This record gives sequence, C-alpha cells and structure tokens, in this order.
Amino acid sequence: MPEPLSSDGAISPAGAGGAMDLAMAEGASLEKAPGGPQGTGPAGRPRSLWSDAWRDLRRNPVFIISGLIIVFLVVISLWPSLIASGDPLQADLDDAQKGSGPGHPFGYDPQGRDVYTRVVHGTRTSVTVGVCATLGVALLGSVLGGLAGFFGGWWDSVLSRITDVFFGIPVVLGGLVFLSVVTSSTVWPVVGFIVLLGWPQIARIARGSVITAKQNDYVQAARALGASNSRMMLRHITPNAVAPVIVVATIALGTYIALEATLSYLGVGLKPPAVSWGIDISDASPYIRNAPHMLLWPAGALAVTVLAFIMLGDAVRDALDPKLR
Amino acid sequence: MADIDKEPVDATPNVTEVATVDAASEAEAVAAIDAPVSQGEPILQVRNLVKHFPLTQGVLFKKQVGAVKAVDGISFDLFAGETLGIVGESGCGKSTVAKLLMTLERATAGEVFYKGQDITRLSGRALKAVRRNIQMVFQDPYTSLNPRMTVGDIIGEPYEIHPEVAPKGERRRKVQDLLDVVGLNPEYINRYPHQFSGGQRQRIGIARGLALNPEIIICDEPVSALDVSVQAQVINLMGKLQDEFNLSYLFIAHDLSIVRHISDRVGVMYLGKMAEIGTDEQIYEHPTHPYTQALLSAVPVPDPEAREGRERIILSGDVPSPANPPSGCRFRTRCWKAEDKCATEMPLLAVPERFKGLDSPAAHESACHFAEEKDVVHAA
Repeated sequence: MPEPLSSDGAISPAGAGGAMDLAMAEGASLEKAPGGPQGTGPAGRPRSLWSDAWRDLRRNPVFIISGLIIVFLVVISLWPSLIASGDPLQADLDDAQKGSGPGHPFGYDPQGRDVYTRVVHGTRTSVTVGVCATLGVALLGSVLGGLAGFFGGWWDSVLSRITDVFFGIPVVLGGLVFLSVVTSSTVWPVVGFIVLLGWPQIARIARGSVITAKQNDYVQAARALGASNSRMMLRHITPNAVAPVIVVATIALGTYIALEATLSYLGVGLKPPAVSWGIDISDASPYIRNAPHMLLWPAGALAVTVLAFIMLGDAVRDALDPKLR
Repeated sequence: MADIDKEPVDATPNVTEVATVDAASEAEAVAAIDAPVSQGEPILQVRNLVKHFPLTQGVLFKKQVGAVKAVDGISFDLFAGETLGIVGESGCGKSTVAKLLMTLERATAGEVFYKGQDITRLSGRALKAVRRNIQMVFQDPYTSLNPRMTVGDIIGEPYEIHPEVAPKGERRRKVQDLLDVVGLNPEYINRYPHQFSGGQRQRIGIARGLALNPEIIICDEPVSALDVSVQAQVINLMGKLQDEFNLSYLFIAHDLSIVRHISDRVGVMYLGKMAEIGTDEQIYEHPTHPYTQALLSAVPVPDPEAREGRERIILSGDVPSPANPPSGCRFRTRCWKAEDKCATEMPLLAVPERFKGLDSPAAHESACHFAEEKDVVHAA
C-alpha cells in the first residue's frame, strides 16, 4: 500500500528526499558557476544606493542637460548683468509692443521696455519663488506627512483633518486675504504663502507612500532585527517612499511660478517695480494677438525652467530605483 | 472592517509603557538571555498567549466596538534544536503567533518565556538581546528584502544594528561567508534583490536571519511563495542549517506535507486556538481532533488507486469570523460530532480522558470532548 505521507518525509506531489537534495546541490552549483573561484577576496568596493545612483546620474544625458540649464539659471539669477547689461525698468513708450530689432532680440513690451533684459532680470524672482516655495513645501509636507504616516495614531488623525481644512481654502482668495496685509515688497511673503497653502498636498502624498512602504515585510524585518525608528525611517522607508514626492514637487514648481504671476496680476504678489516672468506674462496677455512675442519669451523661459526641474526630478527618481538600471 | 486590515501592520512600537525595568534587572535579563540552553530543554515557553486587534469606529475620536480575536489563548513549548511546525488554514492566527514571538506585536495577554524571561514585557537593551537570538524568515521573498539596498547591505544590516557581534572590518567578510553558507555566490554582494529569483531571494532572507547567529528562527510560511522544485531546495537548506548551527525552528505553514518533512512536532491551529499538538507521527498517523482529521483528509495523494479508496471529510460552511467566534468549542459550527456540550464547555488542550495512561500514539494533547482516532490518510 502506498504511503503518501511516509515518515521519511516526501514532499507532495512527488519526489523523494534524495531527489530534492540532488536538485538543491545542482541549484547551488549553478548559482555559483558565473562567479570566479570562491575566496578570492572581496568583490570590489562596497556599493550603496546613493553611490550607485550618482554613478548612474553622471552618465545620464537627461540629468546633464537639465543640470546645466539649472546651473545657468542660478548663475543669471545671481548676476543677471553678465548677459544683459541694460536696465529692465528703462521704458520708452515709442517702442511699445515693437518686435525684435538690432540690440533688442526679443523686442519690446507694452511699456516699451526691452523684453530680453526683463526676461533675464526676472529669472531671479521667478527661480527664487519656484525653488524656495518647492523646497519649503516638500520639506514641510514630507516631514509632517511622513511622521503622521509612520507613527499613525492621534497625530495622524489631527494632521489629516488639518490638510482637509487647507484643501478647502481657495488659493486666490486666500492669497488676497493673506498677502493684502503684508507690506513687504520682497518675494518672501509670496514664498511663505505658497508654502502655507502647498504643504498639505505633499503631506498627503508623503503620508500615503510612507504607509505603503511601512507595510512591507522588509520594514518588519528591520524591526525584528532591533532597528531603531530613525534607522527604519531613513534606511528603509524614505528611499522607498520619496519617488511620488519628487514627481509632484517638481511638477508643482512650475505651478508655483505661475501662481506668483497670478498673485502679482491681482496686485497682492510682487509690486510693480519688481521684475518677474509672472508679471510680464500677465502684462502681455491682453496683447497676445497683436504682439505675441511679449508673451512668448517670458512664457518660454518659464517652460524651459519647469521642464529642467521636472527632468531633473525624473532622472533622480529613476536613479534611485535599482530596477531601472 | 478596514481597520482590521490596518492594525496588524501598524509598525508603531509602544515600548514606553513597559519601560519600567530598572537597569540592574535589565542587565540580569541580558545575562540570562545570553546564557546557553542545552539540547532538549524548552527554549521558548508560550503560555496562554492572546492577541486581540481592536475594531474601532470614528475618524478623529476612535471608539472600540469589538475585537478580532486573532490569537486567543495558546500555549506550547519549543525545545532546543527541534522544529515545531504550526499548521492551520488562512486566518487562523499562525502569522500573528509569529509576530507575537518576534515582539513585532505586543501581546494582549499571556507570556512568552525565553530562557525564563518573559519577552512580552521586555524593552530596551534586554529586548534587543532577545532579538539577536530570535530571528525570522518571512513568507514573501519579494517584499521582505528592501529593493533599494544591495544584498551586502541587507545581510550586513544586522551587524550595523548589533555592532558588538562583528567588528566593522570583518562585516564584509562575514556577509560573504553567509552568502556562501546559503548557497549563493559571494561575488553577488553588490547586486540588488530584483536581480535574483524567488528561491535565491529567500536564501538571502535566510542569510539575514542567520547573521546574528540566533538560537531560534521563526519561519512564517518561508516556502509558500516559491515554486515546488525551489521549495524543496529551500527546505533542505533549512534542514542543513539547523544541523550546522543547532537552530530551533518554529515553522509555520499551511502545506501539511512540508510541515511533516521538516518538523519534529506539529501543532494544529483553528481560529486562534491550538486544536491538537503532538509529534509528527502522533498528528499525521493518529489524529484525534476532528479538525486535524478533516485537514489531513484533504492532503493530495499522488497514487490514484489509494486515492479512490480513501474517505474525504468535507467540512460545511466557512471559518467563523474571529471577531465573533462560536461559544465553547471553536470548531463546533463545522464539526460532525458536535453536541450540546460543545457549545457550552470549551474543550481544553490536554490528553483526552479516554487515552490517558495508554501507551498509544493517540495519547497526545487534543482539544476535543469527543477525541477519537480516525485513520484518514490511508485508504480504507
């Protein structure tokens, strides 16, 4: 009579222990085959996620191009007169809305100011607003949202309700109320307002991706090894939860530059003597049919800037995913 | 019901509430934990372990409306050097037992004694010392390895958390030795988990579990996510490692044949309770609990002739909800032997009265009022 569950331990559906041992020995030797002889010392230099990501990024043309654009933008924000020596405020109404001419490659705006000089000088404001607001939103949002996702409990409940409240505030109305009481003519109140209204979006995304990452067995495995909360967060959760935050933050960067323009157009953002792409886009938009160049140059600069940051974010995100290597 | 799914994975450790142990008794506990245990002595004693997951309602102000009784009072011993298999269907609380033994979840009640120390009440340094000695191999090799860490970092992480185990300069060497021990090429140290197959990944998980040289490894369905041919390789590897490192395994699975292959003793769980426990021969050849008999009668038999003659016990209905388990015997709603007594009196896990004093393999612990032997494995 056959004994399907004999005590010398055959595993169903078939196969005796001996056959399995053979299979295992085979598997093991196959797995060892591709490498060199054993015990020939350590296999090269130890590598980590970040060093591998950096190696990968250095060879990625998308990263190089977007990086060069961003470096260029930062340089001309710091020293705009390097490539545009004129005065962005000098106006001659005789030249209003004129197209390009010698010495004025981008033409003139509705006030007769040189569009090229204004685009170059506006870089500082727009890049400052975009980069600072995005950094502020990303840091505040991912720290608060990440902690809420990791620890859960009452802090999570409170934070989720706070984000609900912020989602209920209309951006433009909020801007009118918040910024109309501020008298400073610098970009910082605008940056502060964007951070205040923008962080709940990132916080929600960060919370969600931290909760997803936290449920993975490797986080449980780290805890089972006795890892501290900070090790679990920094080594295991953050690298696996950061991708959606990078994507949303880089896309939001363009929105923030445009939001600065909207607020300036409403008269609560930057006040007139200030130069920014947003102000120029608002000024030029009524004349789009007669003199499109006035709109297209600052809008083009905005598009290139946003694209550079999105490409950078994309390249970094891909480099941090070993599966795509 | 959404809250039930969330609770078990809540990684928030609430260690502060038990941090009342003073430094002296903590040092004592660490010393006791580091002491060796001789072969055949109980190394882990589980007593009336209970885990209830609260069911809550409300968004901001949570109100408890009930509890999922995932594990409801189970007791067993794990002896040094043995393999104790735990079987049972999905949702019976097997994995929760594993998490409780790993202190990944805090027990609602009951004790787990490891070398005389109740690990459910330890914290800080003493808990860390326990974690060095009790390690775990996870079910799914695809989620148990961090996709963004190299194999070297994954297996080396235990040494970073417990730096006293290996000095910094030796860690890389040790990681490569471990890769070799589990049958992987030591040159793979800089690869990422996605570059490996399921079986190879599980070997990496086993290597991580072995890194701290633990005494107990809790295996939560370590092969159920793998192909059958690869299952055999991994199981045999685990058997080999047990001999080599004198490990005790708590082996959780739902595949009865695999459990029999690797286990010295087997416990059968149903709805948060232990139904029957005994040596593999006692459980597989002489089951006395009707649930065990039903489970065994469902094991596939590779011989068509033997299959035809055999009786299959087909249980009616589904497993009751662990949030609202039946009174008395948990199994009575699906049991063909159930009588009034089963609804009123909870059967205890003990050697049944009728087998007491008998020198028969049927005389092992079984939680049934009407325990009797029934040969369900062999053809009638």
